[in-house]
Amino acid sequence: MSHRILIVDDEPNIVISLEYLMKKEGFQVAVATDGETALQLASEFVPDLILLDVMMPKKSGFEVCQALRAAPELVATKIIMLTAKGRETEVTKGLALGADVYITKPFSTKDLVLQIKSLLG
Amino acid sequence: MLQSWVIVLASFFYLGILFAIAWYADRRADTGRSLIANPVVYSLSLGVYCTTWTFYGSVGRAAASGIGFLPIYLGPTLLFALAGFILHKMIRVAKANRITSIADFVASRYGKSQLLGGLVTVIAVVGVIPYIALQLKAVSNSFAILASYPDIIMPAKAGAVPIFQDSALYVAMILAAFTILFGTRHLDATERHEGMVAAIAVESMVKLAAFLAVGIFVVWGMHDGAGDIFAQAAAVPEVARRLTTADSPAAYGTWGTLIFLSLFASLLLPRQFQIAVVENVDESHLRRAVWMFPLYLFLINLFVLPVALAGMLHFPGAGVDADTFVLTLPMAHQQEGLALFVYIGGLSAATGMVIVETIALSTMVCNDLVMPALLRLPMLGLATRADLSGLLLEIRRWAIAVILGLGYLYFRVAGEAYALVSIGLISFAAVAQFAPVVIGGLFWKGGTRDGALAGLAGGFVLWAYTLLLPSFAKSGWLPDGFIAHGLFGIEFLRPQHLFGLTGLDEITHCLVWSLLVNLGAYIGVSLQRVPNLREARQATLFVGGAEAAGIPGWRGSAGVTDLLPLAGRFLGLERAHEAFARHARQRGLRGIEELPPDTRLVNFAETLLAGAIGSASARAMVASVVTEEPLGIDEVMNILDEASQVRAYTRELEQKSLELTRATAELREANARLQQLDRMKDDFISTVTHELRTPLTSIRAFSEMLQEDPKIDLAQRARFLGIIVSEAVRLSRLINQILDLAKLESGRAEWTVTAVDVAEVIREAAESLTVLFAEKHVALDLDACEDGLIVLADRDRLMQVMVNLLSNALKFVPADSGRVRVGLAALCVPEIPLRGQVTPQEVRVSVTDNGPGIQAEDQDVIFDKFRQGAGTADVLTDKPQGTGLGLPISRQIIEYFNGRLWVESTPGAGACFVFALPRQAGDNDASKSTGGVP
Repeated sequence: MSHRILIVDDEPNIVISLEYLMKKEGFQVAVATDGETALQLASEFVPDLILLDVMMPKKSGFEVCQALRAAPELVATKIIMLTAKGRETEVTKGLALGADVYITKPFSTKDLVLQIKSLLG
Repeated sequence: MLQSWVIVLASFFYLGILFAIAWYADRRADTGRSLIANPVVYSLSLGVYCTTWTFYGSVGRAAASGIGFLPIYLGPTLLFALAGFILHKMIRVAKANRITSIADFVASRYGKSQLLGGLVTVIAVVGVIPYIALQLKAVSNSFAILASYPDIIMPAKAGAVPIFQDSALYVAMILAAFTILFGTRHLDATERHEGMVAAIAVESMVKLAAFLAVGIFVVWGMHDGAGDIFAQAAAVPEVARRLTTADSPAAYGTWGTLIFLSLFASLLLPRQFQIAVVENVDESHLRRAVWMFPLYLFLINLFVLPVALAGMLHFPGAGVDADTFVLTLPMAHQQEGLALFVYIGGLSAATGMVIVETIALSTMVCNDLVMPALLRLPMLGLATRADLSGLLLEIRRWAIAVILGLGYLYFRVAGEAYALVSIGLISFAAVAQFAPVVIGGLFWKGGTRDGALAGLAGGFVLWAYTLLLPSFAKSGWLPDGFIAHGLFGIEFLRPQHLFGLTGLDEITHCLVWSLLVNLGAYIGVSLQRVPNLREARQATLFVGGAEAAGIPGWRGSAGVTDLLPLAGRFLGLERAHEAFARHARQRGLRGIEELPPDTRLVNFAETLLAGAIGSASARAMVASVVTEEPLGIDEVMNILDEASQVRAYTRELEQKSLELTRATAELREANARLQQLDRMKDDFISTVTHELRTPLTSIRAFSEMLQEDPKIDLAQRARFLGIIVSEAVRLSRLINQILDLAKLESGRAEWTVTAVDVAEVIREAAESLTVLFAEKHVALDLDACEDGLIVLADRDRLMQVMVNLLSNALKFVPADSGRVRVGLAALCVPEIPLRGQVTPQEVRVSVTDNGPGIQAEDQDVIFDKFRQGAGTADVLTDKPQGTGLGLPISRQIIEYFNGRLWVESTPGAGACFVFALPRQAGDNDASKSTGGVP
């Protein structure tokens, strides 16, 4: 059974690229473009991994991350924070809130896929 | 054996010896080998305090009141033993200012006031004359008693004998002659009399020896030691009473009064001031005198009580006056030689007092009373007379004669009313009036001339009313009704019970009132005003001591040619010449001719003259030749009103501190602003990087995907490439706008401001967007735009704003059903004044759309950088495209042209962006010609 990936980002073109990438790797993909939808989808879809942007309307990636980590059914879900915010304090904050990996944009698609595979492997 | 001629001969012989001593000492002084530069001589000469009042009167007082004679000697003992610093300061001040007498001292202290000097002189003369009378009485009485040897007969009452048979008259005349010989042989620059001092020291020894001789004879000659006398005295009840102390509480008060009085008398009596201060050669002599003088007083009082008791035992009843026991006891035991020695001792006590006192008084009378008056009388022509030194001597000689004459007169008039002791106390009470102004003047800078005058005058009047006039009345010279019933019959004004004050003896009573008034007036009147310049200077010299040396006395100058003749007139030319030459040598000059006409020379001349004629007269004389520079008002302000300087300084400081506080606040504010700017910059950079990274992320991701997988189908590939291109466009637009905004914000943007027809700009902007509107099927309505509304602006920038607003509207309206309408209008805005126009107007441009509208909380936010309207991104494709910089840039541009840009919106009912610019006067043609090509 293929892994489930939830993509959370408000930038349409980035969503398109990530969706294409994940599907090509054979994952099941769901997409959310803001924080609230992301939380809703996460509980319904129960992804194995979430690609989470930080700067989003309604709920920021940090808030979403915190909420996800509070949900018992999502204990096994891995979270990769994928954001253009690359300051040291933000990286620390993301990891502290329960993200497994913090990747700054622009990212290498190859590295991202490897990272996802190792987390799910 | 002791016939009158023997006594007279002995008297003259004694006086002759004294004169020889004085002459020898003067000669030694002239050759620079002073005989009196010796603390023992100084201490002995202070013994002039002990007059016949001590010599005869102490025994009399002991016979009347036991040890009641002692306070007169305890006062000076206390002064010398405990308050030597006062005397020390007086000596130093007097030397520095060439003070010649107590009157000069007071006058000089309060601004060299001639009036004050005169008043002190009058008080001193009036006060001391009874004292001189007392000496005359004592000498003539002792002469009469001794002349009647071997009988012991009390002399006739004063005034009872015809005047030319009165020995007191001859005593007065002889003493006057002798004093003139002693004291006025020449004028000395320092007014010091070395010969006199030497003679006085010898006299002190003689009277001490005489008294001790009597004491030894009485104790061991007549009795078997002191114990024997006291044992005998104790056996006789009448005599034994004298062995107890005071028998009433008031008597203790009297003790206090007497100690107080004698303390001041030993300092302020003219003769005491003369000997202790003026004649002092070296202030270090005082160190020895502080114990030697009290020792002298102790010795001369040692046998007073035994002699008094022996006299009372030997002459029971009232037949022999106790004042004469010293003389009559040896006479009663046929000790002729001893009796004569005692008489000589009494004579020395009297002559010592009279000589020093009259010399001191004559100096005061001459310098502070007669000379100032004579110099003021122009008809005498004294001010221009060449040599006045002879005249000065003449005045002093006459003053001596007059003072002794007055003394004799008082003796004739009032001499019998009191015992010797009481007469002395009247004088003591008079000179006690000097205490406030002298002591106050040494330690308080606030005293003024007016205060001193008021204090002295008040004290003197009360002294005269409560003590002197009653003494006249008691002698029958005045009607005595006012003593019993008060002046004008008013009880409250009874002189010896003034204002109902009773229970005190007359001396204490007088002292309480006179010193109360004196001190009160001195302090009260002094406080009425700040000391003037001259008083303040003298106050500093007297109170301040050493640090006052730098204060110049004269601000003017005079040459040797003026000052030398002036000094010569009073000192004699030869002496003056010597003094000037000495001064020149001290200044390192070769001769008198080289002395520069400066302040220092004037001060020297004034001090030199002060020694001869007193400080007040000296100042007046010097002032006549000195061309004094006027004192500038600035300097007066500086000197007199130090306080205002301090105040000004304080004000300055306060102002400075206020400025500093203000500057600190400004700096703190600026710092806070800088920190905020720094934070804002950080945030800005962080946001900018974020915005730049987002398109870069897409570009990189799609490029990598295309690179990795060459087999992507064509449609997908075209789509990806389209995304890469549009993201690259977005990225470059973003960079351009960031740079544009930076330029606007830093003020480095270039503007080409011309008159612009707004309608034209609107049409042009709409034209450039026609294709985009058509693609989305959105209607653009420009109907309301009329030509002819001119504003001052940069045409291209205004265009940029218009395009931004239109494309924003286009972005948010729904496709197909979207409508955008542009409005243009001119409005009267009175509150915006504009030159050249009666009613200021502004041009308003509105861009209204039928999009989703903007939430109220976002209506301000959208003008911030990188903040786009939220709530429109529910659908992925509706994510607003843009940089978030368009509106901030537009607002910057509009505000640059003094306009405003804002938004009005009801969420769900579209938004209306409006900008307003001041309308410019001008016709359509002009605007078209500058408006350029559409």
